[in-house]
Amino acid sequence: MEILDEITGKDYEFGFTTNIESEKIPAGLNEEIIRVISAKKNEPSWLLDWRLEAFKIWQGMNEPEWAHVHYTKPDFQAISYYSAPKSKPKYNSLDEIDPEMRKTMDRLGISMDEQKRLNGIAVDFVMDSVSVATSFKEKLAELGIIFCSISEAVQEHGDLVRKYLGTVVPRTDNFYAALNSAVFTDGSFCYIPKGVRCPMELSTYFRINEAGTGQFERTLLIADEESYVSYLEGCTAPQRDENQLHAAVVELVAMEKAEIKYSTVQNWYPGDKDGNGGVFNFVTKRGLCDGYKSKISWTQVETGSAVTWKYPSCILKGDYSVGEFYSVAVTNHFQQADTGTKMIHIGRNTHSTIISKGISAGHSNNSYRGLVQINSSAKNARNFSQCDSLLMTDTSGAHTFPYIEVNNSSAQVEHEATTSKIGEDQIFYCLQRGLDEEQAISMIVNGYAKEVLNKLPMEFAVEAQKLLAISLEGSVG
Amino acid sequence: MIEIKDLKASIGEKEILKGLNLVVKPGEIHAIMGPNGSGKSTLASVLAGREDYEVTGGEVVFNGKNLLEMAPEERAREGLFLAFQYPVEIPGVSNMNFLKAAVGEVRKHRGEEALSAKDFLALVKEKSALVELDGQLAHRAVNEGFSGGEKKRNEVFQMAMLEPKLAILDETDSGLDIDALRIVAQGVNAMRSPERSFIVITHYQRLLDYIVPDVVHVLYKGRIVKTGTKELALELEEKGYDWIKETVA
Ligand SMILES: Nc1ncnc2c1ncn2[C@@H]1O[C@H](COP(=O)(O)OP(=O)(O)O)[C@@H](O)[C@H]1O
Ligand SMILES: [Mg+2]
Repeated sequence: MEILDEITGKDYEFGFTTNIESEKIPAGLNEEIIRVISAKKNEPSWLLDWRLEAFKIWQGMNEPEWAHVHYTKPDFQAISYYSAPKSKPKYNSLDEIDPEMRKTMDRLGISMDEQKRLNGIAVDFVMDSVSVATSFKEKLAELGIIFCSISEAVQEHGDLVRKYLGTVVPRTDNFYAALNSAVFTDGSFCYIPKGVRCPMELSTYFRINEAGTGQFERTLLIADEESYVSYLEGCTAPQRDENQLHAAVVELVAMEKAEIKYSTVQNWYPGDKDGNGGVFNFVTKRGLCDGYKSKISWTQVETGSAVTWKYPSCILKGDYSVGEFYSVAVTNHFQQADTGTKMIHIGRNTHSTIISKGISAGHSNNSYRGLVQINSSAKNARNFSQCDSLLMTDTSGAHTFPYIEVNNSSAQVEHEATTSKIGEDQIFYCLQRGLDEEQAISMIVNGYAKEVLNKLPMEFAVEAQKLLAISLEGSVG
Repeated sequence: MIEIKDLKASIGEKEILKGLNLVVKPGEIHAIMGPNGSGKSTLASVLAGREDYEVTGGEVVFNGKNLLEMAPEERAREGLFLAFQYPVEIPGVSNMNFLKAAVGEVRKHRGEEALSAKDFLALVKEKSALVELDGQLAHRAVNEGFSGGEKKRNEVFQMAMLEPKLAILDETDSGLDIDALRIVAQGVNAMRSPERSFIVITHYQRLLDYIVPDVVHVLYKGRIVKTGTKELALELEEKGYDWIKETVA
């Protein structure tokens, strides 16, 4: 197990020095840089103004310090805020890829073609994913579904973007949201028309190669009345990035009787086993259940990043609207995660459910932070929260910070929390039946997280199960 | 089948097995009786490879191989099965998936092909009937919310699925009513064969009315202090363990 740990620790030495073909602007952040970004992207003036306003707001803000995480604050003047989309390292064949990374991909069951695609190697097979993506797009277009990069949307569907951008996560919301608003260059846009049920999982996976994954990603997803969409973000394959700071903003709008299922698998580089390096993932995700009987459901499997700061939330404005949050967060080595949700009940008879499963190994720290707020207008609102923590080692930490604010006496709010240590007895029981330790931990952990994994779309769920096992390899102690 | 020579084991500073000798031949059923705390479960755990116990002396040969050198999962794959005195619950893990993985590993080790889903289900049906285990239980999470009796029957069901060479039953009878006891015994008896051996650990002679042993041992303070036939169990029942304690002292 130690040997495995050593290898995993080495894993990302390989990296970003190979042939990075990018067009970068100088590091630093000021109005001029923002003008350059906007001009390079050929943006309309309203968006430039919007960015500049965000920048002003950001300048007046301080970096938040309330989360239960410790890290060296990024130097915002040392970051380059624009690089051309294809800035991913380029390889000519899979042989050039870090063998450990390939091993992980093999074990996740990711096909050779997919591995090539994810690593930016041209795939020239008949069943290549580019053609899959093309036919996929044609089918969506027939239904009037818009699914494209946010930059493309600004050009092609400017009115929609202008109408909704920043309405769920305002620029003033927090330090990182303000920063993202000023400098975002990448991300996805999706619009599902009235009454349309999107017939397939919409996956950013299909977009990864087109645009790369941005450092300041911006996602806007609008589900019009009585529409339905299931959206997948990320992929289980380990993702490296030369950028240490990631500050994404995701905004969802669900209109009357619309339903959005948003699933995430986050597997950014977590740093080495001694806690060096790794991505800082500071994300603002929020959904607005705007209409009567609308529903937004967040499901996340978080295994990557050195520091995670993320609270996918729901504003339950429409009467009878429903918000759900299902989360599995795994931390190992020196990773730190402070994650949870906010459920803001405004409409009558609004319901929310929170199921959070934290798993901490190594010397890591895993915190759940959740707010359930029942406003005075939210008659008969209900919430059920369950926050479980599983400790794999004596040196890891689990913390729960539930905040409950109830301003309407008809509300029903239930909160349950448990913390347990993975049972030596359970592991031995599995060993005695012929399973090895890895299989045993995988089974026990997946059993523990089952309620959440069950919420993932099928094809994702199987990979996510393997991912949990791989993330926790050799971690019991 | 198994040959235990002068086995010594401790937990922490405390020596629990103090030079234990036992030979079980293929096809035999040996009963091990003894007062609480004499080391019966310790013996079972040490044979199964639990790391909490440190083996400080002696040797164990299992089917010609050095058992003490093997990892716990290897011992299981080599055909050693332990029906736990206190089976643990594994929430969220279905009994079916658990057994499928276990049967898969054991078969792989024996060089047998993996069972098809259909054959696996047929096997489940056959073996669960043996211990009259409700079909529902097979589909629930491992031991989760099972009654004491259901847990014990589930142990015997797993044993039947894994077809071990040597099965150690640690107080599988304790806490069972007479019907459950009969069902468990029936499961064990159905598996008796000239190639399979059993070590039946029990506190009471009652079980031995149903599972008739070839040899009965009395374990006391970490040693086998008396060995006899089935009659020894009856004698113990009649005279109690004080009698043994006196003879040993
Ligand atoms: N984990 C443990 N830590 C300390 N002492 C133990 C532990 N397990 C067993 N013992 C001690 O070892 C002795 C034998 O226990 P055990 O093997 O369970 O006996 P039996 O199964 O015959 O009742 C007892 O004195 C018991 O208290
Ligand atoms: Mg015992």
